[in-house]
Amino acid sequence: MAADGAPTRLAQGTRTKGGIGESTLRPDGTLKVTGEFAYASDMWHEDMLWGQILRSTVAHAEIVSIDTSEALAQAGVYAVMTYDDLPTDVRHGLEIQDTPVLAHGRVRHHGEPVAVVAADHPETARRAAAKIKVEYRELPVVTDEASATAPDAIVVHENRTDHHAAHVPHPNIVHRQPIVRGDADGAARRADVLVTGDYFFGMQDQAFLGPESGLAVPAEDGGVDLYIATQWLHADLRQIAPVLGLPEEKVRMTLSGVGGAFGGREDLSMQIHACLLALRTGKPVKIVYNRFESFFGHVHRHPARLHYEHGATRDGKLTHMKCRIVLDGGAYASSSPAVVGNAASLSAGPYVIDDVDIEALALYSNNPPCGAMRGFGAVQACFAYEAQMDKLAKELGMDPVEFRGINAMEQGTIMPTGQPVDSQAPVAELLRRVKARPMPPERQWESSEGTDVRQLPGGLSNTTHGEGVVRGVGYAVGIKNVGFSEGFDDYSTAKVRVEVVGGEPVATVHTAMAEVGQGGVTVHAQIVRTELGVGQVTIQPADTRVGSAGSTSASRQTYVTGGAVKNACELVREKILDLGRRRFGTHHPAWATAELLLEGGKVVTDGGEVLADLADVLGDEAIEVEEEWRHRPTEPFDRRTGQGNGHVQYSFAAHRAVVEVDTELGLVKVVELACAQDVGKALNPLSVLGQIQGGTVQGLGIAVMEEIVVDPETAKVKNPSFTDYLLPTILDTPTIPVDVLELADDHAPYGLRGVGEAPTLSSTPAVLAAIRDATGLALDRTPVRPEHLTGTA
Amino acid sequence: MDFLRPAGWEEALAAKAEHPTAVPIAGGTDVMVEINSDRRRPEYLMDLNRVGDLLEWEVGEDSVRLGASVPYTRIMENLRAELPGLALASHTVASPQIRNRGGVGGNLGTASPAGDAHPVLLAAGAEVEVESVRGKRLIPIDAFYTGVKRNALEPDELIRAVRVKKADGPQQFSKVGTRNAMVIAVCAFGLALHPGSRTVRTGIGSAAPTPIRATAAEEFLNAALDEGGFWDNGKIITPAVAKQFAVLCSAACDPIDDVRGTAGYRRHAVGVLARRTLTWTWESYRGARHTTEGAA
Repeated sequence: MAADGAPTRLAQGTRTKGGIGESTLRPDGTLKVTGEFAYASDMWHEDMLWGQILRSTVAHAEIVSIDTSEALAQAGVYAVMTYDDLPTDVRHGLEIQDTPVLAHGRVRHHGEPVAVVAADHPETARRAAAKIKVEYRELPVVTDEASATAPDAIVVHENRTDHHAAHVPHPNIVHRQPIVRGDADGAARRADVLVTGDYFFGMQDQAFLGPESGLAVPAEDGGVDLYIATQWLHADLRQIAPVLGLPEEKVRMTLSGVGGAFGGREDLSMQIHACLLALRTGKPVKIVYNRFESFFGHVHRHPARLHYEHGATRDGKLTHMKCRIVLDGGAYASSSPAVVGNAASLSAGPYVIDDVDIEALALYSNNPPCGAMRGFGAVQACFAYEAQMDKLAKELGMDPVEFRGINAMEQGTIMPTGQPVDSQAPVAELLRRVKARPMPPERQWESSEGTDVRQLPGGLSNTTHGEGVVRGVGYAVGIKNVGFSEGFDDYSTAKVRVEVVGGEPVATVHTAMAEVGQGGVTVHAQIVRTELGVGQVTIQPADTRVGSAGSTSASRQTYVTGGAVKNACELVREKILDLGRRRFGTHHPAWATAELLLEGGKVVTDGGEVLADLADVLGDEAIEVEEEWRHRPTEPFDRRTGQGNGHVQYSFAAHRAVVEVDTELGLVKVVELACAQDVGKALNPLSVLGQIQGGTVQGLGIAVMEEIVVDPETAKVKNPSFTDYLLPTILDTPTIPVDVLELADDHAPYGLRGVGEAPTLSSTPAVLAAIRDATGLALDRTPVRPEHLTGTA
Repeated sequence: MDFLRPAGWEEALAAKAEHPTAVPIAGGTDVMVEINSDRRRPEYLMDLNRVGDLLEWEVGEDSVRLGASVPYTRIMENLRAELPGLALASHTVASPQIRNRGGVGGNLGTASPAGDAHPVLLAAGAEVEVESVRGKRLIPIDAFYTGVKRNALEPDELIRAVRVKKADGPQQFSKVGTRNAMVIAVCAFGLALHPGSRTVRTGIGSAAPTPIRATAAEEFLNAALDEGGFWDNGKIITPAVAKQFAVLCSAACDPIDDVRGTAGYRRHAVGVLARRTLTWTWESYRGARHTTEGAA
């Protein structure tokens, strides 16, 4: 049996240029924009069945009974499975195994999987699923902190045994992280001004365009081959194998075409369901979510309520900060504990504040489960602390950029966790750069040909020709950690092979890195060209035949898997040079004395003298190295004080937003979002630009439109579609001038800094600040909707 | 689901008579969404894409007869002078791809309060040409919308065309959505000045169970314009009149709170749109008068 649509090798061309620092083009770029790229949803297998998941129609209920008889009786149906059909382990989860593969006795959120069906046609499977009769006895819903921690609150997860359970003040709190440093109350007495604020951050969806999909093919050895769009093959594997009752080596996973991720593919979606059905029926099973199901099929960004207090002296120095951040984790833990750690440790922002009193926690509730999304806890905090900075500046009568500059952290600043910032932190410089940019011209909608409504709030909907329109300008800056924190063993594995094919040296890179659009396939080839001087580099499909690469998240892949590839290249180079010394060492003294490099397919001295062709050195030998690579270790945060060297590296970006607001209709046109970001070293400058633009627009989305609306009475999702969950279109996308700084972090490969998340942080508060500037309104929640700007909420 | 593919209009009418539950499909803007999301499983689906007549339009002496399937893109490109309000509304429909396929017949067939064409058809005073094997009739647009997603069609009838008077004065259309393109209406407003009859007509979308006119607002404005001699003297409409017109348009609304917006916002926004579109159309009317006078 052969699977069509499985990924193919991506040849990188034969040029010897294309090393790091060059804007090499994506091998999959043309395929994607011309519609030729095979995404996971395009896979097909001969004799394949289609899986369909039946999901709960209520948020919180006991399951009284499930009757599958009618579904099973339908022609074309091969299997219907419920909890009772599970072979062994029944739960999974990224950090805490609290998520049922299929609901048992109780559903905890709207859209929870209850049963799965396999049929010979997707429509047959869908209809059969609709024939499964589930009787629910509804329970009261836990929807916020008050209902979660009330004395008589229903406990969402009884009898918790996870490692946070013993330390939380209430079983409906997944994890709580205080951070106390200095004496916030004492320092508050030095403050000339004190500002407080309560903020709300809405539930954002990753809204990747390629919905969850995968194909499970049963194997003759009793195992299964799974072709899947995911962010982390090995984390999936660790969760899938126990549920199937199989050893990990019998679950072979291959990455298929991923249409975006943004954190939403960190948790399992249909992986186990497809494998269960494939093993049950003995046939390949494909599952593809539609958009509606995708809104229920992955975790979202935690909505958050944040209370902040800051003080400052008359001359603009911050005295202290107190905050309390309540994240709604929804029905299952997902990565809530780590999101709490981030929110707490980054809650002070990129500022020098010696006296802090911080508390962050995540709730269990009956709302949709929330977990990883680009910015991961740092996003919510940034929205609030940046609003606070503007309030303080206003209170002090200072310019908001100047005020931030006075308090901006720099290398050597001590974080609230006690950890020193031990590399460049150009916070004030980033702000200075966005502020120094020329302003976009006023009234760009006016031209000799009349009014160009596309330049106005409302756009083509023709709501204003300039009436009511007021310009506003806002600034924000943020800090995001790069890589996994809090003592996690965050490593990656790379296998690099060099051999001669057709007289030319060629290199092959094999990692399990999930290419989700971030550009790792480009970067790995660039690293190999730089390190080994081999022009032709093949990137092997990512799969579980090689060691874990860790997750494509936390802005970490270029750093960690890029670092692993670089490390493997260095080991390969040593082996090649050893081989060369053995074969040709007697031909030239430089073999023994000089620093040797591999460049342009040759062994050269650091003085530039060519000693041998790489092809001659290798002959018919292949040099191959597979090696794990780790960044500097981190420590857990102390449970009471939050102290600890928890983070690896920080990434900083600043934005200036210029908006036009129709103050009568409450409609917003973001005119420009200028960004400045320090990336340490731009391995691929074009990819860096793409990341910054994408992150900026994703931040704009949560500022003015994107929000999953959950009914507070029923905990049901009210807008699971692209009709009512709005994403920015190109007409909502402003010009995004980008200023890239490259201040090397000496601890990181090539001095690079993770890029992908930081621009998502500062974009949102910058837009909100600009809208506040235009309207004079306080605006304590995001996204801001027309009714909030017109007093009609 | 049976798929009917009539080759011509007569055949389509016969098929509809034989299968009154058949759901007609042309561009598929609404119907395909409902089928794909499993909200609708019609027994019969009737493809009207082979009925070429529906893609044609005729510009007559006084009015335009617009085939039910004429795509919005064609309206924008070819009928901007004759049907300026509809051309503006067409430009706000979804994306270019959907505007290339969707037409006014589908908007009328679905009769959603959020349909983009309704406010301008109401403001223009259009007539809907419907036909069955029993014969043809013209339904005035004011009588067409009968309830939430219901219209005045009999089960055996199909929409053949819309007849819209050629604009004899300025027309405007404004729609509020929470992004700047490709958005469903939170509310919408259409306004047409009819200098010939010295009347103003309105249309409101997404702010009541059906598309509606703000008749009290129209009556107020017609009287105010008449009393002040505005049609003749072309004076600027006083802010008080514009404000009262806006207040009455807001009052005509019967909106709901939903995920797209609050009832309070819809009422408020319709008032703002009413005032603005009145200003734009009236300024345009005054400009046209001056130009005419200057030329004469």
